[in-house]
Amino acid sequence: VENVRLLDRLSSRRAVVGTLYLTATHVIFVENGSETRKETWVLHSQISSIEKQATTATGCPLLIRCKNFQVIQLVIPQERDCHDVYISLIRLARPVKYEELYCFSFNPKLDKEEREQGWKLVDLKEEYNRMGVPNNYWQISDVNRDYGVCDSYPTEVYVPKSATAHIIVGSSKFRSRRRFPALSYYCKGNNASICRSSQPLSGFSARCLEDEQMLQAIRKANPGSDFIYVVDTRPKLNAMANRAAGKGYENEDNYSNIKFQFIGIENIHVMRNSLQKMLEVCELKSPSMSDFLWGLENSGWLKHIKAIMDAGIFIAKAVAEEGVSVLVHCSDGWDRTAQVCSVASLLLDPYYRTMKGFMVLIEKDWVSFGHKFNHRYGNLDGDPKEISPVIDQFIECVWQLMEQFPCAFEFNERFLIHIQHHVYSCQFGNFLCNSQKERRELKIKERTYSLWAHLWKNRADYLNPLYRPDHSQTQGPLHPQIAPCNFLYKFWSGMYNRFEKGLHPRQSVTDYLMAVKEETQQLEEELEVLQERLANLQKSQSGNNKVKSKQQDRSKQFGLYTSNNSLANTPQEYSNDLKSFPSRSPSQGDEDSALILTQDNLKSSDPDLSANSDQESGVEDLSCRSPSGGGCLPSEDSGKDSDEAVFLAG
Amino acid sequence: LLRSSQPLTGPNRRRCREDEKLLGTILDEGERGFIIDTRSAQAAKQARMSGGGTEPKSSYPQWRRLHRALERGRPLQESFVRLVEACSDPSLSMDRWLGRLESSRWLSHVKAALSTACLAAQCLDREDSKVLVHGAEGTDTTLLVTALAQLILDPACRTLEGFQGLLEREWIEAGHPFHLRCARSASSHARGKQEAPLFLLFLDCVWQLSRQFPFSLEFGEQLLLTLFDNAYASAYGTFLCNNEKERSLCKVKESTHSLWAWLNQPEEKHKYLNPLYSHNPLVIWPSVEPQSIQLWQGLFLRWIRPSQHLDEAWAEIQRLVEGN
Repeated sequence: VENVRLLDRLSSRRAVVGTLYLTATHVIFVENGSETRKETWVLHSQISSIEKQATTATGCPLLIRCKNFQVIQLVIPQERDCHDVYISLIRLARPVKYEELYCFSFNPKLDKEEREQGWKLVDLKEEYNRMGVPNNYWQISDVNRDYGVCDSYPTEVYVPKSATAHIIVGSSKFRSRRRFPALSYYCKGNNASICRSSQPLSGFSARCLEDEQMLQAIRKANPGSDFIYVVDTRPKLNAMANRAAGKGYENEDNYSNIKFQFIGIENIHVMRNSLQKMLEVCELKSPSMSDFLWGLENSGWLKHIKAIMDAGIFIAKAVAEEGVSVLVHCSDGWDRTAQVCSVASLLLDPYYRTMKGFMVLIEKDWVSFGHKFNHRYGNLDGDPKEISPVIDQFIECVWQLMEQFPCAFEFNERFLIHIQHHVYSCQFGNFLCNSQKERRELKIKERTYSLWAHLWKNRADYLNPLYRPDHSQTQGPLHPQIAPCNFLYKFWSGMYNRFEKGLHPRQSVTDYLMAVKEETQQLEEELEVLQERLANLQKSQSGNNKVKSKQQDRSKQFGLYTSNNSLANTPQEYSNDLKSFPSRSPSQGDEDSALILTQDNLKSSDPDLSANSDQESGVEDLSCRSPSGGGCLPSEDSGKDSDEAVFLAG
Repeated sequence: LLRSSQPLTGPNRRRCREDEKLLGTILDEGERGFIIDTRSAQAAKQARMSGGGTEPKSSYPQWRRLHRALERGRPLQESFVRLVEACSDPSLSMDRWLGRLESSRWLSHVKAALSTACLAAQCLDREDSKVLVHGAEGTDTTLLVTALAQLILDPACRTLEGFQGLLEREWIEAGHPFHLRCARSASSHARGKQEAPLFLLFLDCVWQLSRQFPFSLEFGEQLLLTLFDNAYASAYGTFLCNNEKERSLCKVKESTHSLWAWLNQPEEKHKYLNPLYSHNPLVIWPSVEPQSIQLWQGLFLRWIRPSQHLDEAWAEIQRLVEGN
């Protein structure tokens, strides 16, 4: 469709005209005019909702909201066309069969072996070995090898040595969805462990010998403590209400040596609404500080994030400081349980704060333990009540921790944002379906590619320059401040306003520091080489000869990095209520803030990421500038300073 | 960019030929200028009752007046106090924190100050127009706007030296009454009528700029914190008294040491420098969207949350940049 206008939420002056294309996998908007055809690509699987708004004099507005928080406002001249686009998008954004998803047609041009290798990058058996199991206290059980005991669990689970198959099966019958207690994290240092399950089907008075034995077995697997914590991550009221339905929670009278604890985290419906409210705040046009803060508070979003974090902190403390094992569950043990176990693991073990370790963590506590990706993130069209930003919240918890401990994580914010993006993009097969069983049935590993391999290949983009394996922040557990700490939770505009130009610091400190680090490394390597040469020369010649050392031609090396100051930004709307304050139309300086991506650039990096994003894609330019003081080399940069419109990063 | 105090129009709409002529000479033939009045239109009008007022259109035809109400005086001090109380309230639960933060209105004041400064900067930079800024006295919100506008526009003000010069010119010499404004800060129960944290508001706005443009200011947060401290209590005479006249009468220059002299010593200076700085010749336009304006934790939570991990991060940044 031609002559479509793309509006900018922040500035109505910044509307651009272009052509809208619909393909089998994407919606693409291509700007008219300019030599550089700026493109905006949106994957259908990213589309969360489409809203057709009332036709105005200028055309028919269509609002596309994406799961990665991109909001695209289009104005289509003809109502008929708008309607067609609307109907098509509705159908395209709600696939019915898995085969319709992008991952089955995505072709990164790798051969079969490379695809296989990609899937092998994360190996959970290796991970459990790293933790130290199986050992005297823990064993692998294959009781679920055909998914016969629990169809949402993996084929291999780790259970206490004294948990026989009989006990496991018996316990599974007493747990919601048959999700019996299984090992999530084992702490080598003191034998404490984090186990996870679903709620017991205890009702008001039911008991199950095998389930009680299971918990005893967990306790016995930790000789250092004579009790275990049982943490129910639901609000007490909800848990009690479940009793009426024949479910509920563990009664301390029935289970010997447990200390029971509620840590109230709200359910998926509350979280879905919370996110909805927060996004509404983000969509406000020129909100006041008051609108924003009240809106944010009313959504309750940060409160929920803190609740998840507090639960993780409690469990991490129990394990690291008290040396007590913890059994965690919620209702079905696949949402809040996953969040809380992975936060706790992250706090406890620095390995999970490395890039590889983080992938392993997600693979362990989310993928293998049957988090319902399809239902929660709408791979396929399904029940809207199942949709909930569960993993998004976990990812945000990680970001909040990164803000508090800037040196503790090997990866950066961009890594998190890309992972979140791909949870919804269905470009890779990792986050499809609802369980390992379903993924095997669909032969995901033979028919799709692994996200982990893709991220790993591009890991240079995802590194945190402040991370050092020998830094104090990377040794042992993290101890976030518990109280007071409300103010520590910030609104993550990098995620929820990801695509809004002009909102963020336009200069990425992370990327700059990475560039500095690389340069330093290169210089050090060259220094070594030169020193060697010098030593050799001095050996083979008499002392009188002078040795010329080569001047580094830094400018050549870093010709790729030009001053990004020209992209600092452009004035915002500071006078939106003053009609009589005419400002000139955006000058050339305004254009530079738009990310310029040509077709070629897109194909070579992340074809799925919308070109609007400033903060991630490797083609992104805003960060780099010559760390060796390029600003002081006028001959170097003067030409490039003015070259604002066509800027390509290396 | 010009600054003044309010014209003394008064209830009888007095005129002053000299003032009109002065403002007239600033503009060329046919040129238009902007007057940014940091009071609301209503407040400005009411000021006439007590002898003040605004420049009437008829007498100053080439000047267009824009009103941008910026908080000052007692309400601003209350805002500051409420914020500090919210930050240090241990009983505050998460679901009430943002509301308390909001009801202090401090961040709204930051937003308003930045917006107004940007407006002034826009007039100068984009409209090529001259701008006159004044409030009532010309000693508070006026200086806030002119100083911030210069930071936004002029890269020379963003160097360590340039910033000190800016402070000297736009705050100290311009006669911001430090002695009255920075008497007791937030915890004092004796809330003097003249007490108001305008200078802190300015520093907060500068911090917001440094956050949004991490490479563009030659100085870092430590400088801002030091300035804040010294405005209220100092071993140096730089922020003493209320204006140049008083300083002269008190012989400040003869009997005290200058803060700048101390700061600029090589062994001190490096503490205040921003390791990420690189000269940015362009105008820096901050975003004033609520998401872009954050609570200045380094100041307001200075004694409440441990800064160890953040300090370590800065040390790491320093280490990386210095290539060690």
